[in-house]
Amino acid sequence: MLSVRPLSPSVGTPYLRLVVAGFRQQAAYRLAALAGLVANTTFGFLKVALLLATVQAAGGELDGYDVGTMSAYVWLSQGLLGSVNLYGRSEMAERIRTGDVVVDFLRPLDVHAGAVAMEVGRGLFALLPRGVPSVLVGALVVGMTMPTTPGPYLLGAVSVLLGITVSAATAYLVAATGFWLVETRGVALLYMVVAGFLAGLYVPIAIFPAPLFWLASASPFPSMLMYPVDVLSGRVDGLASVGLVAAQVGWLVVVGALGQLMTRRGRHRLEVQGG
Amino acid sequence: MAESPLAQPVARPAPHGGVLAPYRAVLASRIRSQASYRTSFGLDLGSSLLVGLTELAEVAVLFTSVSAIGGFDLAAMLLVFGLADLCFSLADMVVGHCDNLPEYVRTGRLDVFYLRPQPLLLQLVTSDISLRRLARAAVGLVALVVGLVVNDLAWGAGAVGLLAVALVSGTVTFAALFVWAGGLQFFLVNGSEMTNAFVYGGRYAATQPGTVWGRPLVVVFGFFFPMAFTAYLPAATLLGLDTFAGLPDWAGWLAPVAAVWAWVAAGLSWRTGVRHYQGAGG
Repeated sequence: MLSVRPLSPSVGTPYLRLVVAGFRQQAAYRLAALAGLVANTTFGFLKVALLLATVQAAGGELDGYDVGTMSAYVWLSQGLLGSVNLYGRSEMAERIRTGDVVVDFLRPLDVHAGAVAMEVGRGLFALLPRGVPSVLVGALVVGMTMPTTPGPYLLGAVSVLLGITVSAATAYLVAATGFWLVETRGVALLYMVVAGFLAGLYVPIAIFPAPLFWLASASPFPSMLMYPVDVLSGRVDGLASVGLVAAQVGWLVVVGALGQLMTRRGRHRLEVQGG
Repeated sequence: MAESPLAQPVARPAPHGGVLAPYRAVLASRIRSQASYRTSFGLDLGSSLLVGLTELAEVAVLFTSVSAIGGFDLAAMLLVFGLADLCFSLADMVVGHCDNLPEYVRTGRLDVFYLRPQPLLLQLVTSDISLRRLARAAVGLVALVVGLVVNDLAWGAGAVGLLAVALVSGTVTFAALFVWAGGLQFFLVNGSEMTNAFVYGGRYAATQPGTVWGRPLVVVFGFFFPMAFTAYLPAATLLGLDTFAGLPDWAGWLAPVAAVWAWVAAGLSWRTGVRHYQGAGG
């Protein structure tokens, strides 16, 4: 348990506390976490069956993937699925729609950073009941190729954290369109369709035909899932893996700046209905 | 105190239009309500269409690198995908809102259903109809038609009959899956995502050729949740392709048996769930 301390004057602390709060909030829903794990692994088994059959049909090697690395891709991506926001819905969208966000604006905290911090906390928690077990099930039942040196794991941990943060900050943009649209269900649905596909959730983007690959590379979506998986699995290593992490940082700066801008503009547009 | 009209049950005249009239009235109102918000409905239709198209793209992308997966080429996969997706979308449109059961339980809306003199499941099924699923059904239909055209099919009474049997049985099987899941929701509530594993996982499994599955998947999605019988086995019979688990090449004709099994399981699950339910209180 965390002891309650008086708020320290340091700037970063409240956001760090929001990360912890998000983490602990999710810990209350154990059955939901188990349910998510069951769904995750079931999809994992089906995905791995189809993709391994594809690798075998290609003669054991498909665009740089063999059976072991393809299996690693499937289980790492299924493991991250509970932590990265690829569905576009968020608590913030609901708070903007109902007008509760007004209370957030009254707090001496940055609304944007606070919301993203809370989401990151939730995402980090999901690694425990959903992420790690998914990967373990895959490793034990199907088997997969993982790096044998510590480097990819260290850089991979950074990459996973960045991936969760980029996805939370991008899903925030979806919520922030609510300042103008009020109801963001349509935008979230569109985000879900595009994000899942371009993040490499169904098929690794390396297998995409060239135009689709470039389209994906020019979007923030691979930074959420594909790049962390590539770095962690060691499929991309050395300088190239540092390049992927740099791309993630770049996208975080872009979507973060957009979030700041939209929050400031949106604040003036905000209209709370009812009395 | 004035005499309450509820105190004395009076024999009510039969509603106009017979027994089905109340259901028809509810469904008609749901359809009207969806069509009245044009922009929202249009956006919903468009997004559903996009969902269907990306799902098709996921499969198609794989065939840019290989010519066949598990003995199925792109043309054969289109047939499997079309059959599975059309059947699933139709079932989803009619009974897909059984997925909202946890919300109905939490908000107490389910208790309202208990107050009406109509069967619970029938009320739940007819409480809504998701017209936007039509867009996804359209993607499935187009994939199916293209699949039928590009494959070298021996057309005849047999092929047409098998196709009809597969479409009806497949839709009925997927509908059973939603009800099956609904029965379990009475126990799960907060863990409602659990049933996604076999409802949406089942849809995903149904679009795959069963030849790529290992033994556990064959047991789970080949027979227990009989997904292989909705699209893959009828397609294999139609095209003369490999079946799994040593099934005969006419196994596609067994689709109705799978549908009956799915409804037996769904019925059991639903009855158990309803008997377990104690009300949401309040």
